[in-house]
Amino acid sequence: MVTISQPDVSQTTASDHGAVIQVEDVHKYYDLGETRVHALRGVTVSIERGEFVAIMGASGSGKSTFMNIMGCLDKPSSGRYLLEGIEVSQLSKKELAAIRNRKIGFVFQGFNLLSRTTAQENVELPTLYAQVSKEEGQKRAREALELVGLGDRRMHFPSQLSGGQQQRVAVARALVNRPSILLADEPTGNLDSRTSVEIMEVFQKLNDGGLTVVLVTHEADVAQFAKRSIQFRDGKIRRDEPIMNRPLAAEVLKSLPTLED
Amino acid sequence: MDLLAIIRIAMRALARNKMRSSLTMLGIIIGVGAVIAMVSVGQGAQQQAQQQIAAMGSNMLFVGAGTVTRGGMRMGWGATKTLIYDDMLAILRECPAVQAAAPGSQTAAQVVFGNDNWATQLNGTEPQYFDIRSWPLAEGSSFTQDDVNMAANVAVIGETVRKNLFGATDPIGQTIRINNLPFKVVGALAAKGTSAAMGSDQDDTIIVPITTLQKKITGQDWLRWIMVSAISREASYTAQQQITALLRDRHRIRPGSDDDFMVRNLADMADLADQQAQLFTVLLASIASISLIVGGIGIMNIMLVSVTERTREIGIRMAIGATEGDVQQQFLVEAIVLSLVGGAVGILVGTGASFLITQTLGWPVLVSATAIGAAVIFSMAVGIFFGFYPARKAARLDPIEALRYE
Ligand SMILES: Nc1ncnc2c1ncn2[C@@H]1O[C@H](COP(=O)(O)OP(=O)(O)OP(=O)(O)O)[C@@H](O)[C@H]1O
Ligand SMILES: [Mg+2]
Repeated sequence: MVTISQPDVSQTTASDHGAVIQVEDVHKYYDLGETRVHALRGVTVSIERGEFVAIMGASGSGKSTFMNIMGCLDKPSSGRYLLEGIEVSQLSKKELAAIRNRKIGFVFQGFNLLSRTTAQENVELPTLYAQVSKEEGQKRAREALELVGLGDRRMHFPSQLSGGQQQRVAVARALVNRPSILLADEPTGNLDSRTSVEIMEVFQKLNDGGLTVVLVTHEADVAQFAKRSIQFRDGKIRRDEPIMNRPLAAEVLKSLPTLED
Repeated sequence: MDLLAIIRIAMRALARNKMRSSLTMLGIIIGVGAVIAMVSVGQGAQQQAQQQIAAMGSNMLFVGAGTVTRGGMRMGWGATKTLIYDDMLAILRECPAVQAAAPGSQTAAQVVFGNDNWATQLNGTEPQYFDIRSWPLAEGSSFTQDDVNMAANVAVIGETVRKNLFGATDPIGQTIRINNLPFKVVGALAAKGTSAAMGSDQDDTIIVPITTLQKKITGQDWLRWIMVSAISREASYTAQQQITALLRDRHRIRPGSDDDFMVRNLADMADLADQQAQLFTVLLASIASISLIVGGIGIMNIMLVSVTERTREIGIRMAIGATEGDVQQQFLVEAIVLSLVGGAVGILVGTGASFLITQTLGWPVLVSATAIGAAVIFSMAVGIFFGFYPARKAARLDPIEALRYE
């Protein structure tokens, strides 16, 4: 992976070229019989290759809805979404599945691992749906687990892993098919601060390697490790600004007391 | 996505829930096992009936003194006095399809040996009778034509009679009393068992020269039956026609009137037994098939539960790049694997059960290859048929909603 250190970009417009993710006036509503929930009310944003974006906002402000649309899991009710210049609404279900499989790595808010399935097999899962040989898939899964520091827990089941370790397995699974974009919805939601910083360290390392990272978080402590922060409120972007003087998670980790192990 | 990978995914998913997988398979195991066992039992029964009939002599014909209607009452067979020794000679002389014939007369008799006595059927005939019926002697020898000519008091006894009168004693040379007349036992017949065609214990009999029976016991000179062998099994139909025509002519029966005798062809009986056994097989197989269908419904039921229970798993798979087709194939392959593995175990169980059942009944063991082939194809079809709907349901799930599912 090639590192393209992109300067922090603020208030980018939809017309920017070379954007990996380009969202133009996207709306999303859910019809619930009588009422209609307006989850996104005109979101326009552009994310360049190599960026590290933290999305923040109150509960219910539309962050997950937005992530799901970016992750090609959901479709906007109106507006355009271009992924690497391709209009996503034009793609077939099969093409969308291929994008989810190879282009985008998604870390879910819950861990969403398969229970009664080892860490290794969980991480292998996306390779089963890619045109990858069994041996290659196993090798990649091993590497991805080593990358997140779980090389020695490969044969453990999710129930035998701590919350932070499960979240790291989820990250390894998102990375196994070598995507160019990593989308993480509250990857540190249920974690203590030390484990959160550990995850952020992994993300910073990956971002340094050229991966575009977008993560959702409630915590400013977590968001500070990104390069850019976007604030959502009531389905709209309220603030979009670069983060100055971001700390390095690896450094912060050293200053934190180790609890055990 | 290649089939091998799909099978691998399906196998992993099944292995994750071994208990449920094996319970699901149980339905198919029982279904396939039942079909194989029942078809084998049916075919064993058919084989058994054929062997019994062949043991009676497959080219044998039975000519019985006929039924007559007297004063509106139908009398049983053997009630006429019109079948005579000359009829037998005529059959031998004039029916080219006939190879041999033995005359027969019979009556009920009380037999005594020492303190034991036994009620049995006394048959009078000539020595060729044993050949026609292909009935070997276990001990001693048959009486001879000389014995017939001299109306000698000699007897050949059936296995049932031997057991009841003699037990462990050697019967040959012993003297028994039949209706108070002393008879010397010269031979003991091999056991023939219960006749499938006639439905009675063939071994419960004593056979003496026909002259002895007619002159010294019954005082009748007409015949009760004539046992005939045709020159071949195929010729037995021709023989039947020739005998019928000859006897109608000799007994002066006008066209349109009933015969005063009857001719039974063992080939007919064999065919009848065949038909009955086939019907029996089809009946058993249909009943067993129902359990196979029930097994299939079991698969569908479990697969549907499984789709609901694994909604989240399906959501995860789709979110990380499984297409609708991948998910559908996975669930379909799971259903097929369940039914095929169930089918394979069912074949083992069914084969084992067939051996056990036929062994217990003393029938020949026949595990039908057709039944096994049909079971494999059927269980595969059950998997596809009953797995399709649940698989379709799984593939139609929306990834976002599936992920939200609690
Ligand atoms: N499937 C759905 N059906 C109906 N309404 C929905 C659905 N998904 C989301 N919403 C609504 O859309 C709005 C935005 O939801 P969303 O999940 O994007 O919020 P969020 O910012 O991720 O919140 P949180 O921080 O709690 O995760 C909420 O009001 C929510 O109730
Ligand atoms: Mg959310």
